[in-house]
Parts: sequence; C-alpha cells; structure tokens
Amino acid sequence: MRVDETFHWPINKKETMNEDIFQGYKGEALALLKKYSVRVWGTAEVETSRGHFSGTILPRSENDDDRHIVMKIVTGYNIGIDTDTVLSMKETGYKKANYKIPEKEFPYTQGLPHVKLLGTGGTIASRLDYRTGAVIPAFSPGELYGAVPELADICNLDTEKIFAVFSENMGPKQYVALAKKIGEEIEKGVDGIVIGHGTDTLHHTGAALTFMCQNLPVPVVLVGSQRSSDRPSSDAALNLMHAMTAAGHGNIAEVMVCMFGPTSDEYGFLHKGTRVRKMHSSYRSTFRTIGDTPVAKVTRQGVEPIKPEFHPRRKDRNVTIIPTFDDRVAMLYYYPGMKPDMLHSIIDNGYKGVVWVGTGLGHINKEMYPAVERAKAEGVHQYMTLQTIWGYVHMFVYDTGRDMMAKGIIPAGNMLPEVAFIKLGWALGQTHDPEEVKRLMLTPVNDEITEREPYNGYLVYQGGVPEVEEFLKKVHK
Amino acid sequence: MRLKKKLKLNIKTVKNLHPRKNFELTRKQIGYIDRSDACQADYDRIGFISGLEVHQQLQTESKLFCRCPAGNFQKPNEYNAEIIRHMRPTLSELGEYDGTALMEFKTKKEIVYRIAHRTACTYEIDDTPPFHVDREALQIAIQIALASKMNIVGEVHITRKQYLDGSIPTGFQRTAIIGVEGEIPLKNKKVRLIQLSLEEDSCREVSDIGHRRIYRTDRLGMPLIETVTYPDMKNPDEVKEACDYIRFLNRSTNNVRKGIGAGREDVNVSCSGGTRVEIKGVAHTKWIPELCHVESFRQWALLAIRDKLTAQIAKANWKCSYVELNPKDFNFYYPPLLQAMERKEKLYAVNLPKFGGLLSHFTQPERPFYDEFTHRLKVIACIERPNMVTSEDLDDVISHHVFESVQQLLHTGEDDAQIIFWAPEADVHTALDVIEERALMTFDGVPQETRKSFVDGTTIFERVLPGADRMYPDTDSAPIPITTSWIDEIRQHVPEEVHTRYLQLKEWQVPEDCYSYLFTHNYYPLISKIVTELSISPKWVGVFFGQKLKHLHGQYKAINFDLQRIYDLLAFLLKEKIDVAIAQKMLNELFLHPNMDFESILTVLKFKRVSKEEILGRVDFLEDKFFPIRKNSIKPDKVNSIMGQLRTISEGNICLEELAKNITKE
Repeated sequence: MRVDETFHWPINKKETMNEDIFQGYKGEALALLKKYSVRVWGTAEVETSRGHFSGTILPRSENDDDRHIVMKIVTGYNIGIDTDTVLSMKETGYKKANYKIPEKEFPYTQGLPHVKLLGTGGTIASRLDYRTGAVIPAFSPGELYGAVPELADICNLDTEKIFAVFSENMGPKQYVALAKKIGEEIEKGVDGIVIGHGTDTLHHTGAALTFMCQNLPVPVVLVGSQRSSDRPSSDAALNLMHAMTAAGHGNIAEVMVCMFGPTSDEYGFLHKGTRVRKMHSSYRSTFRTIGDTPVAKVTRQGVEPIKPEFHPRRKDRNVTIIPTFDDRVAMLYYYPGMKPDMLHSIIDNGYKGVVWVGTGLGHINKEMYPAVERAKAEGVHQYMTLQTIWGYVHMFVYDTGRDMMAKGIIPAGNMLPEVAFIKLGWALGQTHDPEEVKRLMLTPVNDEITEREPYNGYLVYQGGVPEVEEFLKKVHK
Repeated sequence: MRLKKKLKLNIKTVKNLHPRKNFELTRKQIGYIDRSDACQADYDRIGFISGLEVHQQLQTESKLFCRCPAGNFQKPNEYNAEIIRHMRPTLSELGEYDGTALMEFKTKKEIVYRIAHRTACTYEIDDTPPFHVDREALQIAIQIALASKMNIVGEVHITRKQYLDGSIPTGFQRTAIIGVEGEIPLKNKKVRLIQLSLEEDSCREVSDIGHRRIYRTDRLGMPLIETVTYPDMKNPDEVKEACDYIRFLNRSTNNVRKGIGAGREDVNVSCSGGTRVEIKGVAHTKWIPELCHVESFRQWALLAIRDKLTAQIAKANWKCSYVELNPKDFNFYYPPLLQAMERKEKLYAVNLPKFGGLLSHFTQPERPFYDEFTHRLKVIACIERPNMVTSEDLDDVISHHVFESVQQLLHTGEDDAQIIFWAPEADVHTALDVIEERALMTFDGVPQETRKSFVDGTTIFERVLPGADRMYPDTDSAPIPITTSWIDEIRQHVPEEVHTRYLQLKEWQVPEDCYSYLFTHNYYPLISKIVTELSISPKWVGVFFGQKLKHLHGQYKAINFDLQRIYDLLAFLLKEKIDVAIAQKMLNELFLHPNMDFESILTVLKFKRVSKEEILGRVDFLEDKFFPIRKNSIKPDKVNSIMGQLRTISEGNICLEELAKNITKE
C-alpha cells in the first residue's frame, strides 16, 4: 500500500486513455482481446478450460502481468481469467463507465472565517472509481462540500490547485511557489491557509514554509491523510476539519502540520513545521513533534494550545516572504566504514552545502577528515545533525568532535536532519558568506533549534512493563 | 343527523379497537399458519424463495492478511488497549451515499475496539497495510471450491466490501472470489452455487449501548469462506438441507474450524411481491426453517398492510405530525417512561394518519407491525428499548386517556394511530426521521434490510441492506495468479462427495439419524478405513460412531483423545480375538482416561478372558436354576434372565447374539 495514496494526483490520463479500448492490456492478454474483438468495458462471455465466466472486462493495471484478463462479475467482485485457459470469448454488450464527484454549492455563511485551501497535488477528499480503483479527487469547494459537508459549519472556503505532484516530488521549486502564493493570499485578506499535501514529505514542506514565510499574521496549516478518503475509516475528513478549524479559528499564526494525535478518532495535533517528523510508515498518528510538545491540540470545537508561548494571529498583513532556495545541498547519512569518496563526489559535483547526519552526539569516522577539510577549503558549508533524532549535537564532549569542528563542520544544535537540510538550502539561496550562512542557520526562525529540551519532549515508551501497559489500556494512544 | 351518527359509530370502532383481537384477526386474514401445519402448497401460495450465504472459518495457523495467530480468543473484558474510530460513508458510483452508509452515519456511533496483544497487531486496527494473503487459507478455499464443483478463477483479486457498522476497523472487508458457478445435490434437486469467496472475519461485538459500540478484535482477520447459493430453495426445509450439505462439504475436508461461531449462515428470504431480506448470522442450521417460515409470512403481512394503507391514502398525500409532550400533563405509570423522564429525556407524540388497525397488525408471532418502528429507533437513533408506546400496544402500558389527550393535541383523524416515544434531546430529530421514514416505507411494502434472528424464529431489524455498489478493488494488494498445476495438485486432495458418502452409508444400512453427527464431525473417512482395513460390519461401525460415540461426546462435551485411538482400539480387539462389542464400554473409559492403554482399560472393566465353551457350559446350569415368577412364563423371560447373568462375563468373549442363540437352542 502506498500510505499517501490519497494524494496521488488523479489519473487525468484516464481521459486520454479512454480512447484505448484495450486499456492496460499487453502481450498475450491483448492479443486474445483483439482476436475475439472484446473491449475493455465490454460485457463478455468467456469459455475456459476451468469453466464459464461472464462479466464486464476491466482495464488492467499496467504493472501487472500479460497473462490475465480482469473481469467484474455480476456480484461486484473482480476476478482474473488465465489467458492459457481461454477457449473462446464473446462480447455481448458495452457500457463505458463515467464518473465524477457530485458538486454541491459550498454555502456561504456570514460571520465564518475565510479559509483558502491550496492544493499541491493531493486529493484531500476523494472517492475510488470502484471499477478501476483509480482515485477520483474532490477538490473544488463544491466537491469538498459533497464529500465533507461539515466543512461548511467551520469556514467559508475557497480553493486553488497549485501543482499536481506526488508528495515525494515536492521540492525547492514548489516551496518557492507556495511561499509566494501564501504571501499573495495573506495580502488578499484570508483568515487562514490550509495546504493539502501528501504525507511523505509534509514535514520538509513545513520547514521550508516556516523559513520562507516569516512574521505570519494568520495560520498556515499543512494537512494530509494516512488513509485515503475512499475508506470509511479514513483520517482525511477529520484532519481536514481540524485543519480548517485551526486555520480559520485558531489563534496560532505559524506554519503548522495538522494530523491525528492518537490513532483513535479523537483529536489532532498542531506541530511546528520545524519540529515535526513522520515517524511511522503507516500509522495515523505518524507525525510527532520531536524534542518538545506539540503546539496545540485541535478538535472540531477549537484549538487548545499546549505550549503557552506562540505567535498569535494579527490583524495586519505584514508578512515577510523570503522565497529563496539553493538546491546544491546534499545530506550525508553516515554509516560505519563510509568512504571519503562519498563526500569528494559531492564536492566534485558542485554542491555548496552538506548536512551530515552523524552518529551519537554527532560523529563521523576519522577517514573522512581530509575530505571534510577539502570541502571547507572549497567553500562547502557543512552542518552536523543526528541519527538519534532526539537530542543535541555535542561536539565538545570527545576529541573527535572538536577535530571536526576545527575542520569546518558546524553543529546544528537539536535541529532535525531534514529541517537542517531545508534550512541550509534556504540560507544558501540568500548568501554564500560562511558567517552569514552560519548566522542564518543557528538563529532559530521558529524553534528549529531550542534552548531547552523539556523532559516530556522525549517520549518513546516501551511496551511490556506494567506501567506502560496500564497507560495503554487507559489512554487511547 | 345521520352523518353525525355514522361518524360517532366510526369513532367508536377505532376506540374500541382491541389490539390483541386485531392482531389475531389479521393473522388469520393473511393466512398465517404454524410451520408444523405448512406444506409446499402454502409456500407456493406466498411464493417463497430463499438463498443462502454459508460462512465457514478455515483451520489455519495465521490470520488471512497478517501473521497473528488464528483461533485465539480474548474474553470480553480482556484487552490491552482501546482504539476509537468513526465510520464515514464514502460516495458511491453515482456520487450518492449508500443507504446503509447514510444510516450508519446518522447513528453517529463511536466505535471502540478492544485489542489484546496476543490476538491482534497494527494490521487489525488499520494502521498497517495488509501482508501477503495466507497461502494455507487460499489452498483450503480452492479445495472447497473444487469440492463445490466451481470454476476456479485464473487470478484472485482482493476486493474491499464496505461495512460501516464498525465490525471491521478499516470500514471494509477484504474479500476475494475463488470460484464461481458450482452446484450441490439435495435429495430431490440440485442447488446452484453463485460463488465462493475467501474473506477476513469481522470483530465480535461486546456491547452496543446508545452511541457507543464496543468490539473485540480477536476474531477479526481470521480466514473465512463464504459459499453463496442461488435462490433455488422453495421451502424452509430445503434451505436447511442445502445449508447442512454445504456445511458437511466444508467439514469433509477436515480443514475447517469447528465450535461455536466457526460456521454461520445468512439466509435470504422473500415472498412474491416482497424483497430480499437477509437474516444475519444464524449460528444453528436447526433454526433456519422456522426463521425462513416466519420471515416469508412477515413479508406477506407487510404486503397486506401496504394494500390496506394504500386503499385509504396515496403516499404523496401522506404526512405525519408530531408534538412534544409535557410529562407533567399526564399520569404515567409505565416504569421505563418514568425512568426516561428522570433522565430528562424528551417525550414526543407522533400521529400516523390512516395507520389505525395497522400498528397492531400481525407481522410475526407475538410481534405486531409497531415492532418494526421500535427496533429502528434503537438501531438508527440509538435509543435504548423500550423507547416507545403506541395507541395499539398489545399489552396495555399506557392508559387510553393519555392517547385521547394526545389525539386532541394532534387533531388526529379517526383512522389514525399514534406513537409516543422518548429520547435524549440530541436524538429526537433522528427519531422523528426514523418514524416518518418507516411509515413511508409502508406504502412500498417490504423494506430491504438485514435482520437479526431469535431462537423462536422471529427476527428484528438490524440494518438497511447495503447497496450493490459497495465493492472496491483493494489498492493495497496485487492480484494472485492461480496456476492450473496448483489446482491439479489441490484436486488430488479433494475428498469424495458428501452425496456419495451419504449413499454408501445408506447402503451399509447405517440408520439415518446417525448421518448428521457423522458428517458434522467428518467421521466418514475413519469409518470407511475401519470397514475396509479391519473388516468390521459397516452397520455396526456406523452405529458405534453415530450413536455410541455421539452419546458419550454429548455427555462429556468434548473428545479429548485422538480419534485414531478408536481405530487402534478396534484393531487391538481383533488382534486379541476379543469380541468388538466390548468396545462400547471401553469407549467410555477412553473418555475418562484418554491416554490409558487398552489392556489396562480391560483391567479397569474387570474383563477376564473366558473361553466360549466355558460360558456356554454354564447355560445348562442356569437354565435348570431358572424359576419362572410369572404364572405363564414365556420363553424370552428365561433367555433374558440367563443373558443377564452371563452378560458381564460374556462381553468381549462371546458375541451376545451367539450366546442368545445357544440359550434358545434347547
């Protein structure tokens, strides 16, 4: 399963593919369909050595083999027919499917906040084309209202598709465009912005927008879903409601990620875009604030701040947009026995920045030192972050750490590796002066480096011990 | 003047409507008869048809899509964590919400899952995608599909079948077709099978109170097959016969689970003019005939109610009215209502125009038509029962004066009927909708729904029957090819037909009352092995299993020894040249001491090896000793007396028939 399947851009190519009467078929299966003149969406009677089958011929996924023909039988189930067993086929009818989400006008309610929803390629709400399995997106306010009618009680909604890319294909170009768009929308006077996004790189975008959109007067909330909204148990609708509530009614004017708190349908968390990380490949409660508590809890009733200090909503429209990014930044995840050529090749390829993800307190092996020195000499900015995810880089503890600092690696405090990577790209987009880059890197915009780590900022309890089991039983995690 | 008089008379009729008498009268009117009195002609009269969905858990190590152990169960209060979910309807093909979906959404249920570490992982709670389908389960499903004479698919496609009641945390069941178009033989006909699917089992419900439903996740995900028949059954007994056959067929593979809940049936019933109504989760086949019988007549009654209503008013002109009642204005003595008022619930009266005489109309034994309303209030509006009273209750719980006041308040017509219900304020709106909706459905006859069964054969509303468009391809799983060589390999292990076995037992003259037990537990292969390899009389072996073992099985509740021991026991007796008749006594000892060796069992039974000659030698002496008590002694007295005295010593040493012959020889 692709966890963020919701956010796959709709199969727009479907439109053109419909011209193809043997959609997705190839090789033997295609030859067979052609031989008996049976089309996709045709109802067919198929005689095989395993008996008789009848139903509607469905398109085949292009990645599947060429030895089976997919059929929907009358009970609604799909089956595959082995091409080797086919004795004869006959098309007895034809019914092309046509699907769309019903549009209902999104009601305007006087007094409710205006929220702008920006789409990056996600299908925030969608339903599955039940015959093909393709996701049909709901994105326009009307479509969204059809899918999640509760939204009309929260805000007045306006939507705009900005890109059509998968989460993993989001990158610097998109961050810059998004940041500019946010600036424009704020100037236009929206009360809050929600960005629909695939979950894989949601936290990268969260960090990028934090650095690019400073001094925000309104909330900017990133939201996704871990279960696509064609599933009855999807988290999409609730996440969307939480995000709209946070953007329209919340008082926290920061870039935040809004996703499930516990895996239960109970409440959402608002995480700072700079301290959040996706921590499980498939859990609903995958996004966690690292090294601190989340900013706030959000329910449909409203936002309940957890941290007392935050940037409050303002009436003015004075936002600072710094939409810069130098993409000549790489990340090096250190592993035992790593050879210096890894770094050399980065230097050789013209990269200007390297974010190290070191072991323990922030270490790499001695063998790497000459390459590190070369990088410094050639003006490559190097910062150290941690594989441990939690905690601070402490390069003063061991000699090796001190050596590395001397050779040009700058400790990035408790900045998360992904955040440091985004920040370095953003900083290098503005200047290449080492001191200025260092100042930008080490001056927190919004807690990407914190002075204190609260004791409840590191919670990775282990099951099996009575007190934790008792907690699990009493509290919905 | 005349007009006034007539009006008065009519009011009198309605006022004097005796609900109980009306119930009995309408029961006669629709021609309801008890099942014991019903014959084929009665079912033909109402156009009875029925089909089955037979579910059977498979005996596998693991669950179907994760590697949790299958067949481990947790107690209702045993759990390590709780998860809360709400199910949301998703849009159907036409962009409409499915009827069930919308209903389930209306109920605003909070679904709680109780998870025990040892029986569930993150897959069950839908926080991890499915793993590869369990190969063992797939193999068993193919085996049973082959035994059901089905066409096996070339490729298995996992499909999502939506369920919004919360019984599956994902909101859908992963299910896949293994075979289509099979058939099973009944005594007098063949029943066609639509399909056999392999699917994951659902959660077990712990409780369902108000807006909170609690499930256990232990059974969730266990492999299950569903065999679906065409609606080929024309009377209730055929339905049971078909169901038994499918169950016996499943059992004949020895690869399915036994015990409570391992096999469950959904029975689809309709009468002509009626609708397919699904009776869910029938755990015992013996309940099937009564349930089918009652359901077909319920539909027949609903059609009669429809006709009576439409004769008076058209659906388009029908409108109900309601009013909130102030409990202080009335003298209520009905405890549930008083308790509801203590809980500060709201009290409403609804007028149903032209429903006079219909609410107390017969639908099922002891269940008048208003029963349809009260259960919908429970299920859809989440109002615990009792939740309403009507102007036509069979048992008087509210005084007529109350309804007279209500009738005045609502300006009711003379042919109207009223419902008074109570509900928490938040649920009043849904409750009013539910009552209006059900009342409007009356104009159409039989609503499509699934119903919950009771032992007495009656059913109650469970939920709206899901629409056809709730099947989605599972985007998390790849199709699984089923090669011809694999099918051929599995075919080697398909047991012989249940029907063939049935005919063989008949030929062996094994009494028919044994069959059900023998097929339920799949003893046929062992019996057949004993008959062929040990050359013991088939009839004797059949009776030994079908009566003696069954008796002890019932007495001791479970068989705690390997059945192979029965074979070994008989083989031992043959080898020792001991008459097999003693096996019956030994079997009892085997239940008590499952591991005891046979020689020791004989010792426990105080068995002594005595030669035939010696036993027969005593006959003469005993015959001389015999002194008749009766004046006119008859021969059997003497034989019985001597047999009685020699029985213990004879068992195992001499066949009792032979002994009897020797006594009567004289």
